[in-house]
Amino acid sequence: MQRTTMDLWVGLFVVTGVIALMILSLKVGNLNVYNPSQSYVITGNFENIGGLKVRAPVKGAGVVVGRVTDIQFSTQTYDAIVTMSLDSRFTFPKDTFASILTSGLLGEQYIGLAAGGDDVMLKDGDKVMKTNSAMVLEELIGRFLFDKAAKDDSL
Amino acid sequence: MPNRIVSNIQNIGHRVIESVWRLGVASRFFILVLLKSGTSLRRFNLVIRELYFTGVLSLIIIVVSGLFVGMVLGLQGYETLQKYGSESAVGTLVALSLVRELGPVVAALLFASRAGSAITAEIGLMKATEQLAAMGMMAVDPIARVVAPRFWAGVISMPFLAAIFSVMGVFGGYLVTVVFIGVDEGSFWSQMQSAVDFRFDILNGFIKSCFFGVAVTAIAVFEGYDAPPTAEGVSGATTRTVVTSSLVILGLDFILTAFMFRGVG
Repeated sequence: MQRTTMDLWVGLFVVTGVIALMILSLKVGNLNVYNPSQSYVITGNFENIGGLKVRAPVKGAGVVVGRVTDIQFSTQTYDAIVTMSLDSRFTFPKDTFASILTSGLLGEQYIGLAAGGDDVMLKDGDKVMKTNSAMVLEELIGRFLFDKAAKDDSL
Repeated sequence: MPNRIVSNIQNIGHRVIESVWRLGVASRFFILVLLKSGTSLRRFNLVIRELYFTGVLSLIIIVVSGLFVGMVLGLQGYETLQKYGSESAVGTLVALSLVRELGPVVAALLFASRAGSAITAEIGLMKATEQLAAMGMMAVDPIARVVAPRFWAGVISMPFLAAIFSVMGVFGGYLVTVVFIGVDEGSFWSQMQSAVDFRFDILNGFIKSCFFGVAVTAIAVFEGYDAPPTAEGVSGATTRTVVTSSLVILGLDFILTAFMFRGVG
């Protein structure tokens, strides 16, 4: 085989390998491929985020409209500040209700947006005022037992 | 009777000493190859020629088997996940199992049987036909001229082959589950992307494939160089290359996985 042909094939092989590595990191691993020009960012304070993770979906009526980009703990209000990046095609009223929900019984947690009735829409950098925390099983059981005990006492 | 027991124990001892001795020879040979690889890195054309034989010619088997492994993973994963109503997680299943384990391991096993055996047979036959001795006579170091370029070509091509295998596997899984069965395309990719982490999954898989590349080619060149210069010896060495490197790949994979994914979700 000619030297140049061999060089060509080896070059193609190495280029294919590098492309495969790029596909793995960008398409499969999702390494920073968010396009910020077509999205807007809103934040919300949640009392308890449960198992919510960065990059969890934000859904409106079950349709994915954005992603959670950042979760921080606030030392002023002692709750979690969740930053969400929403697709700019979808706008929500100012009094939209954001709650942390679970997909299925054991599925991942996501943020569900329920639109309100306000005429003013949420803009970039706005804050969702109405939030609903994640359901924590221990708290639920605790509340149930507490209620039951209170009921038993009153009898 | 006691004589036979004694001779059996002697046999065991002889084998253990023999294998430890051989391991020592192999390690010294490995260090020698590393020390003498300056020539092959300076005259990179030698490595490019070997890259063609080990890398480019392994492409077809890697691409085809990656595609089929991904398709089978997709089918089986869908079959099981669908019972729990979470068939959209099939993308996560396919991508994680390929990137973390199957990509590096299966690609390395295929590489050992496709390229490793060829390296051993080539070097072994060169030794049997006294080409290596002839090189020595001409003051050309056979380790620097023959062994080191093959070693480096294997080390370079293995990570690329593993990456191509994983990509083809993900594509195969996509083909079967999204195109044929009809799993939602958006959730296939988004669940995969939220589950696969660059640092923990992709980088660790890459590091694994680098380790496998070094292990497989080191074994292949050593077995070839060490082969008895007969037809039988060369064939035995080729078999040993495939068997030893397969076992080493699996053992090394366990050790690397234990180090990499300990305590990672």
